[in-house]
Amino acid sequence: MAIKRSGKKKVRISMKQNLFAYSLLLPSFIFLALFTFYPTLKSIHLSFYSGPMTRLQFSGLSQYKEVFSEEIFRKVMFNNIIFVIGTVPTTLFLAMYLAIWLNKKMKGSSLLRTAFFYPTVIPLIAVANIWLFIYTPHYGLMEKFLDIFGANGPNWLGSQTTVMIALIVMIIWKDAGFFMIFYLAGLQNLPKDVYEAAMIEGAKPFQMFRRITFPLLMPTTLFVMIVSITNAFKNVDHLYIMTKGGPDNASNLLLYYIYEAAFTNWDLGKAAVLTVVLITLLLAITAFNYLFLDRRIHY
Amino acid sequence: MNKLINLIIIILLGIVFVIPLIWVIVTSLSPNNEVIGNTFPLWTFHPTFKNYIAAWNAAPFLTYYMNTFIIVFGILIVQLITITLGAYAFARLEFTGKNLLFILFLLQLMIQPEILLFPNYQVMSQLGLVDTKLAVMLPYWASAFGVFLLRQTFKQVPYELDEASKMDGSKWWQTIWHVYIPAAKPTYIAFGLVSISTHWSNFMWPLIITNSVENRPLTVGLALFAQSFETGAQWGIVTAGTVMVILPLLIAFFIFQKQFVSSFMHSGIK
Repeated sequence: MAIKRSGKKKVRISMKQNLFAYSLLLPSFIFLALFTFYPTLKSIHLSFYSGPMTRLQFSGLSQYKEVFSEEIFRKVMFNNIIFVIGTVPTTLFLAMYLAIWLNKKMKGSSLLRTAFFYPTVIPLIAVANIWLFIYTPHYGLMEKFLDIFGANGPNWLGSQTTVMIALIVMIIWKDAGFFMIFYLAGLQNLPKDVYEAAMIEGAKPFQMFRRITFPLLMPTTLFVMIVSITNAFKNVDHLYIMTKGGPDNASNLLLYYIYEAAFTNWDLGKAAVLTVVLITLLLAITAFNYLFLDRRIHY
Repeated sequence: MNKLINLIIIILLGIVFVIPLIWVIVTSLSPNNEVIGNTFPLWTFHPTFKNYIAAWNAAPFLTYYMNTFIIVFGILIVQLITITLGAYAFARLEFTGKNLLFILFLLQLMIQPEILLFPNYQVMSQLGLVDTKLAVMLPYWASAFGVFLLRQTFKQVPYELDEASKMDGSKWWQTIWHVYIPAAKPTYIAFGLVSISTHWSNFMWPLIITNSVENRPLTVGLALFAQSFETGAQWGIVTAGTVMVILPLLIAFFIFQKQFVSSFMHSGIK
């Protein structure tokens, strides 16, 4: 990863040069150390100790065992997996589909791009405010829409069976346009001559997509996939407004569960364990990306 | 034929995507009795600004706006300095432990401050900074994302320019100022836009770390404001509050749209 100037042998780096580089990195490093490394280590430390803050006692894995045996914890993990499965592939597919059709120069395509992209600019907490009213039973926009067909919708956010679907649809609306931009950028970089050659060979549009566009967009897809998976763990603002994780934890996600453990129940040991679990998960996902998938991405 | 079907699908989808925005604006302009009873929710027959006035008076939005401004730009300004220095070191200097430091920086891309809500609250209380704007900003003053983004751009600056500047007797910071920063302008714009929109939207961290009107940003203010009106009869006022929060972002987006999108696309964010 180190960049050596071509034709230059590895030279001894002088003390002065080292100090200069370190002093440039120091400002960033201070904040990384204080607010990324230290809190990470602190969470790991706290996860093995229990009791009040002033008299912590080593308790080994007992807090882990306690959390892992909880039914709510399993439910929350399960919800998060459902949330990833529900949002990631759909958003990616929609984003790619939109990008392919809106990449063409035609009247109104920039207007349509705006229509798909603008939800990205709206803070998630404001999105939650808007969609809360859309999903409200009896008076909500969704209900009024269903009324036209004489249908009656469920209590979208109040029922355990529909709440996840409702939230997933909302997140797809919010993120599809964001990822569409990356696909549009990816499409601009595709070689034109390959398509011309395929055209001469008489390839059908769908064949061209399957054999050329889709494989060549793979680096974009991998990148977008990692971002959207991370987002699915990171963005929980909407729960605060719309469901508080309910009903009966049916929409609770890991980070929101940490928030509840730490700041409503003040169960520090549990919050520490959950934070370690979340960090491990995200490290594993990214490590998987860098070790196995990223090989094919060239910057 | 195939093309026509897809075109129709996309136009319909586009309409579906826009409806929530139209609806929230229409509702915010509707008088109270029309909000619930209206059978055609995407139109109002008696538009009024009453909801806006009521919302503006019901919560200290001006203070929240100021707070968000201070926080967002307080983060951005420090970030611009830290990422420029860091990116220059990683792009153009050789030093012992470079790979190790690079990996340590990479860690922040995976363990982002957002997920460290709980331990960072502990850190802030140890530092005695709970309920300050500084506490909202501090975890974001280092940006691994910014460092990597800018490093990519700095690496493309020809060495000759760097050396020529040094030959002229420029100090290192003069070289950065006159050679590197101008060359990386699109990257700075892209990073700035991403940073501003991210931190304007940030919610969970400021929610737990602030506890007073003087320090609360707009997003937290909006959430508390919305929660104080639970019943449907007050949708008008809540949607008005929501529109007040999102409007500056939407207007900025519509004005800078081309730049926004193209800076995303050409900055090599990936």
